[in-house]
Amino acid sequence: MNSEKTYFFDNPDNIRKVLRVFYATCFVLFALDFVIHRHTEYRWEGLPGFYPVYGFVGCVALVVVAKWMRTFLMRPEDYYDKRELADDDEPDDIASVDVPPTIHLGGGRDHA
Amino acid sequence: MLEIAPFIPFFIAAALGLFLRGWARALLFIAVPILGLINLWQLGAGADAGVEFGHYTVLDFNLLLFKTDKLSLLFGYLFHIAALIAVIYALHVRDTLQQVASMLYAGSALGAVFAGDLLTLFIFWELLALTSVFLVWARRSGRAYMAGLRYFTLHILSGLLLLGGIIIYSQTHGSLEFGQIGLNESAYSWMIFLAFGIKCAFPFFHNWLTDAYPESTPTGTVFLSAFTTKVAIYALARAYPGTELLVYIGATMACFPIFFAVIENDLRRVLAYSLINQLGFMVVGIGIGTSLAINGAVAHAFNDVIFKGLLFMSMGAVLHVTGKINGSELGGLYKKMPKTTVLCIIGAASISAFPLFSGFVSKSMVMSAAIKNGHDWVWLILLFASAGVFHHAGIKIPYFAFFAHDAKLPAREPPVNMLIAMSIAAALCLTVGIYPQALYSLLPHEVAYTPYDVTHVLTQLQLLFFSALAFVWLNLRHLYPPELPSVNLDVEWIYRRLVPDVLRTLFNRLFALDQRLRTAAVGGVARLVEGVTVHHRADGIMARNWLTGSMVAGVVLLLGIYLILGWL
Repeated sequence: MNSEKTYFFDNPDNIRKVLRVFYATCFVLFALDFVIHRHTEYRWEGLPGFYPVYGFVGCVALVVVAKWMRTFLMRPEDYYDKRELADDDEPDDIASVDVPPTIHLGGGRDHA
Repeated sequence: MLEIAPFIPFFIAAALGLFLRGWARALLFIAVPILGLINLWQLGAGADAGVEFGHYTVLDFNLLLFKTDKLSLLFGYLFHIAALIAVIYALHVRDTLQQVASMLYAGSALGAVFAGDLLTLFIFWELLALTSVFLVWARRSGRAYMAGLRYFTLHILSGLLLLGGIIIYSQTHGSLEFGQIGLNESAYSWMIFLAFGIKCAFPFFHNWLTDAYPESTPTGTVFLSAFTTKVAIYALARAYPGTELLVYIGATMACFPIFFAVIENDLRRVLAYSLINQLGFMVVGIGIGTSLAINGAVAHAFNDVIFKGLLFMSMGAVLHVTGKINGSELGGLYKKMPKTTVLCIIGAASISAFPLFSGFVSKSMVMSAAIKNGHDWVWLILLFASAGVFHHAGIKIPYFAFFAHDAKLPAREPPVNMLIAMSIAAALCLTVGIYPQALYSLLPHEVAYTPYDVTHVLTQLQLLFFSALAFVWLNLRHLYPPELPSVNLDVEWIYRRLVPDVLRTLFNRLFALDQRLRTAAVGGVARLVEGVTVHHRADGIMARNWLTGSMVAGVVLLLGIYLILGWL
């Protein structure tokens, strides 16, 4: 309904500005590690840049591993549905299961 | 102040709700949690030692309907608040089944946390399953029906384990009082542990949650996310505090769902995975078992209900308005739903534990407790999980729903009752985040914990901003996995695919064998008939004509044999 109106993120300049502020904040937060003395309880925690590096590397690793998991976990959207929501079993199964055995009784009666 | 168990008003309201419509029902359903909360507050404030009433006797066991201490009171307050928010969120719904079921469900949760004995707990444990499954079925789709069945089956299994454990427990203890049980070599302790674990979505038993919650209605999921798992957290905190196994189970729960959340397309299923991740933090806290850790676990349960409820509400609003919930189909909604966007971001900031938001003041307690008790590796895992939860719940949910590429969906802000409910939740997230003492004063143990010091705030901000930086970098490099319409296999594959397939193959083999046997039998009968017929044909031995003389000769032969036999 507002197709004429341009919104904040429609303008690439705005996105660039937001990102620049974001990068600057990241830099300041990283630099603060060298200024502020943190009290630490864990042996690696005291290393300058531990938290930024852990956060960044952790998230990249998370995404890389998750993407790799897709290679063997991803299935089509109807993977379960086509089996669970189908009214009947798949046709190929019916062929082997549901055909009633045909019985020919009285093989000798044909002479009568 | 009335000495009335909190579940009773909810059950009465549900019964009246069957006959009331419109404003009358809305007012009743809003009044019950508000008045119940006030009443409970007065009951709790009146006695530090705890209140108990509602004694009754079954089979010589003294049972107790209502018993409070600080632990159960906190969950009691929480459930009243959650019920109020969810009821307001669902006010526009014109579906008696759903509204009645949700009141019964909220009441059952309250009954469970104030149960003074195991048998009463069991009754409400089962009622939780029985009432909540209707919220799943209320979607009235085939998928919801199947998911509800699976959900119900697992919860009944949990109830049966609990009942079995209680029976063995009663034989050895003679009393059914619900207190610390603890893991030991006895069968009952493991059965009850597993019963709680199933409801708490322990790894391998977690799929009922990711399966059923996203299939429920937009409003039903908000109720579901608040109660069942938190009752399980409460039960674990009461019966199994300080069980070391829980630390490792919790660390696993905090860690593995985030991988699934990153590649999941259904945004409410992403939230379901992140719900397990948050439960992991609480389970770790219970497993550590110190005052700080238990406080952290319980405080986090409180906050999680509010912010996860807020996130489920915002996604429910998106689903309600657009009819879509898959990340691959959404995007750009901030233009048409700015209020929902802001509320969702407040929820996202809370779950990510941004300073000044509620998650920060509770998650850090569990983390501090982990490191204070020498669980270094667990602490590292939880830190990774904290970064991960920001990545998938904090960024992915708002980004793919409200920003990213504009899907140009027709949308508008959701109904005003939805916005009010979300605003209440958002206000609570901020209140607890800014003034944590309000929550800390309600915790089971005395706390001397200050979340806001320079180290905590700085390190948390560093962790979060650089997680966000990773997201930005991956996105700009087009390395971030796109949202794809897909299903990702999880443990549920075993009982949704493998077991049915194995059974199918087995039965096919059996049917084939049966058919072969029958064919062989029929063939045998046919051959027998054929063999007999041969002798009756025109030239067969049985069809020959015999002479009368031969008959007489035969009779004479018989008489002769008689004569000889008579002599002997």
